[in-house]
Amino acid sequence: MAEQVTITVNGTTYRKEVEPRLLLVHFLRDVLGLTGTNIGCETSLCGACTIIMDGVAVKSCTQFTVQVDGSNIMTIEGLAQNGQLHPIQEGFWEKHGLQCGYCTPGMIMASYGLLQATPNPTEEEIRHGLEGNLCRCTGYHNIVKAVQYAAEKMQQGGA
Amino acid sequence: MAKIFGSAIKRREDPALIQGQGKYTDDLQLPNMAYAVIVRSPHAYARIKRINTSQAKALDGVIAVYTGQDIVDSGIPGVVPVGWILAGLKQPAHPVLAIDTVRYVGDGVAVVVAEDKYTARDAADLVEVDYEPLEAVTDPAKAAKAGAPLVHANEPDNIAFDWEIGDKAKTDEAFANAAHTARFDLRNNRLIPNAIEPRATLADFNKITGELTVYMTTQNPHIHRLLMSIASLGLPEHKIRVITPEVGGGFGSKIHHYPDEVITAWAAMQIGRPVKWTATRSESNMTDAHGRDHVSTAEMALNADGKILGVRVNTYAAMGAYLSTFAPAIPTYLYGTLMSGEYDIPAIYCHVQGVFTHTTPVDAYRGAGRPEATFVIERLVDLGADATGLDPTEIRRKNFVPPDNFPYQTQVALAYDSGNYEGTLNRALEMADYDNLRAEQARRRGNGGKLLGIGFSSYIEACGLAPSALVGSLGAGAGQWESAKVRVNPTGSVVVYSGSSAHGQGHETTFAQVVAEKLGVEMEQIEVVQGDTGQVQFGWGTYGSRSAAVGASAISKSVDKVIEKGRKIAAHLLEAAAEDVVFEDNNYFVKGAPDRKQGWGDIALQAHLAHNYPADLEPGLEETSFYDPSNFVYPFGTHIAVVEIDPDTGEVSLNRYIAVDDCGNVINPLIVDGQIHGGIAQGVGQALWEGAVYDEHGQLLTGTLMDYALPKAHNLVFYETDRTVTPCPHNPLGVKGIGEAGTIASPAAVVNAVVDALKPYGISHLDMPLTSEKVWRAIHPASGN
Repeated sequence: MAEQVTITVNGTTYRKEVEPRLLLVHFLRDVLGLTGTNIGCETSLCGACTIIMDGVAVKSCTQFTVQVDGSNIMTIEGLAQNGQLHPIQEGFWEKHGLQCGYCTPGMIMASYGLLQATPNPTEEEIRHGLEGNLCRCTGYHNIVKAVQYAAEKMQQGGA
Repeated sequence: MAKIFGSAIKRREDPALIQGQGKYTDDLQLPNMAYAVIVRSPHAYARIKRINTSQAKALDGVIAVYTGQDIVDSGIPGVVPVGWILAGLKQPAHPVLAIDTVRYVGDGVAVVVAEDKYTARDAADLVEVDYEPLEAVTDPAKAAKAGAPLVHANEPDNIAFDWEIGDKAKTDEAFANAAHTARFDLRNNRLIPNAIEPRATLADFNKITGELTVYMTTQNPHIHRLLMSIASLGLPEHKIRVITPEVGGGFGSKIHHYPDEVITAWAAMQIGRPVKWTATRSESNMTDAHGRDHVSTAEMALNADGKILGVRVNTYAAMGAYLSTFAPAIPTYLYGTLMSGEYDIPAIYCHVQGVFTHTTPVDAYRGAGRPEATFVIERLVDLGADATGLDPTEIRRKNFVPPDNFPYQTQVALAYDSGNYEGTLNRALEMADYDNLRAEQARRRGNGGKLLGIGFSSYIEACGLAPSALVGSLGAGAGQWESAKVRVNPTGSVVVYSGSSAHGQGHETTFAQVVAEKLGVEMEQIEVVQGDTGQVQFGWGTYGSRSAAVGASAISKSVDKVIEKGRKIAAHLLEAAAEDVVFEDNNYFVKGAPDRKQGWGDIALQAHLAHNYPADLEPGLEETSFYDPSNFVYPFGTHIAVVEIDPDTGEVSLNRYIAVDDCGNVINPLIVDGQIHGGIAQGVGQALWEGAVYDEHGQLLTGTLMDYALPKAHNLVFYETDRTVTPCPHNPLGVKGIGEAGTIASPAAVVNAVVDALKPYGISHLDMPLTSEKVWRAIHPASGN
């Protein structure tokens, strides 16, 4: 019944036997122990489970693990490099872009996807770019500020 | 040193959270852990004729399947209690799993425990329940009527309580003498809290020692330990430890004692293995206590000049199928008592009936009673302005309690501590550029384009819950003081143990700021411990905007005691009288002789060595305080919403949002602004999009995020915020609460703005949420309803 998958997560390649119905988010959390990716719903609406797969932000709660065989994934745990926060993480900290922190990993990964596609977004583009991610604490004000901070920093630093 | 209290210090919580290292309950794994799934009723009201668990039990990987009868047979109490008892309150038992009757969609009927979560879910689908559906009632006004289906068949009616406040005769007289009256009927829409982290419990029972450890998503771990001990599980309190890891938002929904944590803990005790239960979003929508759901009639009496003479309100407040933990307090003492708003009103009467309905229980949700009261008052004031021909700003000014009239005793029990209501209105008008907004509105009315609306909400709220004796006299089964232990280590670093329990509020930062400011030690030298009954002395937790006003006040008291004890040690070492020793900038010195000093580290060390030490003083440097406030705190402010309406589609968009709040002294402006932003978004959500909907059979139609519309980034704007500072006169830090203010103020501001925009259509009120369809139908009455 189990199928073998080969998936690279945060630079490490894993070969695992998984049930065909195992959701990617459960693979990340329960099999690999990467609990930074959170689950807030089961219908792809809250975005707490957002990860980067082959360079694109996707929701890991509605992907089967077997569907992403061979892919290259980055989760929140893989964003900071050599102990150095990514400018988006820095932005969220500087601008108080999080309160309870539960939506934050997904929000940061969605912002990463947004800034890859649109390095210098307008406020409007940020707000629409994050419409697949829900935050109940911040009213989004400081999240938008955080992404603006990151965009500026990434432009300067070429990150 | 730089002033720390009042500084916009970046949060210490964040480095872990932005790197995916925050540990929430569902992140935790224990060896040999099993998974629970609760089987829930698909019916609003039904008799359970038979439950067949044999197929579920036969599935490979299933450890056990239990029903309500199994819990009864185990001999535990097995019920969740109500913790606020009003006179005459009906208290039907609330079994943690239904025995023979289900009373709302989501009511638990069985629990499956399995080796993994997928098997548990499969097995839950194999539990066969034979239901006999019965006629249900979901609307509180209808449920209150004679002949309505009874939620609890052994009660004579669905009225859980009948409560009133104020002077009815005096109020009726005010109406009889009024030059003008205003009146509206309203439904305050039922809301689903939707913390993004679903509720979860991980229970671990040690059969040898009899100790139960419960990791759970809660705002108040000690209350849960207490209730599990005395009401639901029946274990000795000292054998239960409740730990709250990171908590992903609460907004009230994680205060209450739910059946799920009892079921999970009990199941762990039965199978002798750790058991984890995590709600899905659909389960959260069905079972997290909902908020609001009032059906009311509200009236205001005014004299010819627009002075308010009286307010009269009648409310049916839904309780849902059972009384949740603090449910009876919400539409009474946190609602009726707020009916004076920011105004000097000579006569008020408010009558509230709490009504059982075949729906999810209703309890505290951010603001809890105060948004409902503010909505009533602030809509009435606008209607009163229309009746008297005054501008909404003029009628407010005319009726504000003036700044020199504090403390102000209202006609509905509260004594407001301090305020300057006109100050926040003036600042908000300045920020909004009010005259130009009105000019723009007039221009648009002439040209037939998008409509512009300007809405006000000048709110007051009572928070910082609360004087214990007072809440006790009103029916609370709880104290409302807060505790803090401040422990100084031998090296001078400090650990604060607080009975408050954060779930996004940033206590690790703000509480450390309070200590750093007073002691003069660096922030890095201060640790804050909360959310663990095994480490922290009893405390009541975080809700009702109480953590700064009550929790930090307790910390402040403990720090004062530590400083006093240190002074005695320093006096001994300096060979001076204690009263001549001054504490400043982390040093003790002799008054007038700053060179004769002892550093903080020396005092901390000597307190632990006790080698050269006062004979009559105990060693150690650790102090605990239990701070019981003498009054609520009363934050206030004025919010202005500016909306635009497309008359062709009815779509309302928020153009600007201006908020001027006064929460007394501010510990960290970054965090205060963040609380305001999030609160506004939730209130705007209630006004424009959110609403739990049941069909006539009691089916929840808004069970997922697909159907329940939470605000998204593109629906909202940058909020324009400012503050005035009127310190609280009765707590040591001069602080008031700010966690709920945004949610309390904003629904009324937004609805007032929409109604203002729609004035040319003769519309005086629309019920929330103001969806495009509702607005379009209102401006196209010929389309019918």
